[in-house]
Amino acid sequence: MKSFKKIKSIITPLDKINVDTDQIVPKQFLKLIHKSGFGKFLFYNWRYDENENLKSDFILNDSKYDNSEIMVTGDNFGCGSSREHAVWALQDYGFSVIIAPSFADIFFSNCFKNGLLPISLNPKTVEKLQQELDPIEVDLERQIIKTSSEEITFEIDSYKKKILLDGLDDIAQTLQFEDKISEFERNSKVPSVL
Amino acid sequence: MGKTLFEKIWESHIVVEKQNGPSLIYIDRHLIHEVTSPQAFDGLRMNKRKVRRPDLTIATMDHNVPTNNRSLPILDQTSAVQIQTLEKNCKDFGIKLFDINSPNQGIVHVIGPQLGITLPGTTIVCGDSHTSTHGAFGTLAFGIGTSEVEHVLTSQTLWLEKPKPFEIRVDGKRKNPHAVTAKDIVLSIIKNIGTSGGAGTVIEYCGQGITDLSMEQRMTICNMSIEAGARAGLITPDEKTFDYLRNREYTPKNYESLVDNWKEQLKTDNDAKFEKQFTLNIDDIAPQVSWGTNPGMTCDVTESIPSPEEFSKGDANQKKGAEKALDYMDLKPGIPITDIKIDRVFIGSCTNARLEDLIEASKVVKGQKISTNVRAMVVPGSQMVKKQAEDIGLDKIFINANFEWREAGCSMCLGMNPDILSPGERCASTSNRNFEGRQGTGGRTHLVSPVMAAAAAIEGHFVDVREMDLS
Repeated sequence: MKSFKKIKSIITPLDKINVDTDQIVPKQFLKLIHKSGFGKFLFYNWRYDENENLKSDFILNDSKYDNSEIMVTGDNFGCGSSREHAVWALQDYGFSVIIAPSFADIFFSNCFKNGLLPISLNPKTVEKLQQELDPIEVDLERQIIKTSSEEITFEIDSYKKKILLDGLDDIAQTLQFEDKISEFERNSKVPSVL
Repeated sequence: MGKTLFEKIWESHIVVEKQNGPSLIYIDRHLIHEVTSPQAFDGLRMNKRKVRRPDLTIATMDHNVPTNNRSLPILDQTSAVQIQTLEKNCKDFGIKLFDINSPNQGIVHVIGPQLGITLPGTTIVCGDSHTSTHGAFGTLAFGIGTSEVEHVLTSQTLWLEKPKPFEIRVDGKRKNPHAVTAKDIVLSIIKNIGTSGGAGTVIEYCGQGITDLSMEQRMTICNMSIEAGARAGLITPDEKTFDYLRNREYTPKNYESLVDNWKEQLKTDNDAKFEKQFTLNIDDIAPQVSWGTNPGMTCDVTESIPSPEEFSKGDANQKKGAEKALDYMDLKPGIPITDIKIDRVFIGSCTNARLEDLIEASKVVKGQKISTNVRAMVVPGSQMVKKQAEDIGLDKIFINANFEWREAGCSMCLGMNPDILSPGERCASTSNRNFEGRQGTGGRTHLVSPVMAAAAAIEGHFVDVREMDLS
């Protein structure tokens, strides 16, 4: 995984609550067997009409946001299906940070496995950020979002932060506990399936 | 202080515990399917890693398998590749696979319990959010992403933040348990607590309204825990649980001694504390019908479509969401639910495609014909369910009523196979999600119980199934 660097970009405001992963990547695109190339399917049914033309009323289709790396959106983002394809699509499209009042649990943990940073802030701050027209800076190291007018601090678990900053392979980290896992298995009373 | 059932299972699976951070939790059972696993196996190959415990890992194909004639080749090439990829991955890494021709094939959350793979007090994960289903057995079971699938394949563990325990008490007794079902109970719960009401928690369902339920009904409840945003749902195992799992194909040999331990250990202490609590009384609840684009947008069959103002109770974001939902669903406030006409009926999915679901729905259908404006299908949850249903003649009841009788799979719950709605079509569905486009781009989904879906198929619109004789 690539290490997470400071991000500076304008925000893309997606003013919706309960955005589910079926909207982020519709099911017809889950049949691919690799992780790359999902960006073109991001919000497919919102971006394209039935003739596969871009819909002018969807925010991502406004060229102003083409280089935006930060999405600011509503409550319970990423709810529903566990599909990690949602994270792969957001990233492949160009997003590095998603800011919302809250995230669904599975989506939230999927983000960290891929170097996408989900930041939850109180609803008032999120609302204010959605209005921000100038570029903002997200500094993970210092846990600060810098806007043209203020600095906003955010919380993140220290282990998750380290994984992102160092771009660590978390499986390799876990395998350092091989002794503990083996010891657990020796004491486990749960029978094998087969 | 006492402990909740969830806390007891959690603590008995800690491999590494850190101060103020996630714990490394051992996973006893890992279920795999074709859609969320290929990238995980890719990762193993790239890093030259092995599957740590193939003996704790079981695979099947369910999400994109066709449900029509199984002797024909799969026409959709990308689906075919995904299925072949799972076959190759299971072969290369030594994992037991119930493939498309296996009598044990089916939706992963239907076959786990049916085969005795799901056990009380254990941890189960699967790259599918409805893994919460297995919680009906007192199992800590939750959905994970593909990176976590890779993590479990390699290490048989996961780093997890400890969720908070949430008690949902279901009191009372349904007056007509054939017409008001487990699906109506869980939809009522979600309608009340909202689709993020359970975020960051593991729900423990208790009370007479839960203990009265059969195992298959309890699975319907736990299945939809994720629709309330919870990580998992749990029910304390009892004699019904132990009876259900006895003598299944993969029930452990030392089952009775395991049962003795479970009886002693797997319960919430009287003085345990929950972070959150909610109580629902079901004495008078009605059959439920969803009207919007998330499962919280649900009302009684006797009600009319609410206005966005009524629904949102002053929350501007919720109001906007409801307006958008009504627009997508092509519905107006004030329309009685029973006036809504439907084009399609889907009886299937990991929520409601077990034998009991089909038996109950067949009572509505028996001797009737579906409305000429409706196309209806039954997709059994597993090939075992299909066979059991055929052994007691349910297939004939459905086929005589002009239902399509299909092979097992996830089918139109998520429309990854050819079973999809056309744009604008309206469906009474026993599945779990009414998200935009879930059952097909532009399709409109109303979530209901199997008996409500069956009744809607006959009448061509929603009806209050309590008015029918189902005994």
